Amino acid sequence: MIISTLSAVILDSNIGWAGLLQVSLSCITIALGLFFVLAGSIGVLRFPDFYTRLHAAGMTDTLGAELILIGLIIQSGFTQTSLKLLMIGFFLLLTSPTATHAIAHSAYTANLKPKLGKHSFSKTRGGRS
Amino acid sequence: MRHAFLLSLVMGTTWLVLSGYFIGMILTFGLISIVFVVWMTKRLAILDDETVPYLNIAKTCKYYFWLFIEIVKANIQVVKAVISPNSEISPTLIKIPLRSNIDIAQTMFANSITLTPGTVSVDVKEDHILVHALLKEMSNPEDFYEMHTRSAEALSISLKDN
Repeated sequence: MIISTLSAVILDSNIGWAGLLQVSLSCITIALGLFFVLAGSIGVLRFPDFYTRLHAAGMTDTLGAELILIGLIIQSGFTQTSLKLLMIGFFLLLTSPTATHAIAHSAYTANLKPKLGKHSFSKTRGGRS
Repeated sequence: MRHAFLLSLVMGTTWLVLSGYFIGMILTFGLISIVFVVWMTKRLAILDDETVPYLNIAKTCKYYFWLFIEIVKANIQVVKAVISPNSEISPTLIKIPLRSNIDIAQTMFANSITLTPGTVSVDVKEDHILVHALLKEMSNPEDFYEMHTRSAEALSISLKDN
């Protein structure tokens, strides 16, 4: 994906080395962000109970979303768009923990007991056992 | 007065960043909106420290930079737990004592805990936060102590010792 994007960019326009560096840095950052989003989704499927799944989902909206936003900021350079993206990133840092806390708190007040103690889930591959 | 000034400053910056037009008419609309919102908050009597918290930008940025590094470290631990085929998790519930009863200090601390993957603040009480941790090594009280100290430092609030 990265290589095809890069070659398309190089062929289509006459950007210099700085532009090439910018594009490749943003591609790497976005790819890393996508990796964290994927890992978060796998975690939601693999983990055994509600609270532990919440941790996996939290990974998606912290580092996953932030890295994708950072990649887009690098892509757009010093423009108004990158200021807007920076603002979105800041708001995500405030809103996503609030939403996670609201969900966890409502589960706790509804008396959903978390599974505590050591837990190995090698045999529960592909979902709950 | 100070609150009204700070609020209009924040709203003005937001307007300029989001609109990007520097035409007289649009700027006038922005000015009218800002004056209207400040008047409305004044009339609702919510123009105080809670609505407009005073943040030292340098200190807050420093704190968020430190928090970002912590988030990256915690993310790597959680990714390891998710991806390794024979992973073992040890979910823990732990009570973290709160050393301040100022709302914004508690909010900042609880928010930072939830923001770090692997720890979620489940319940906030008068004197403690109930935290659910994914791994037992993440429920180390000293780490939370440090986070509490740093988050209060970013807000220029002094904590009680216990």
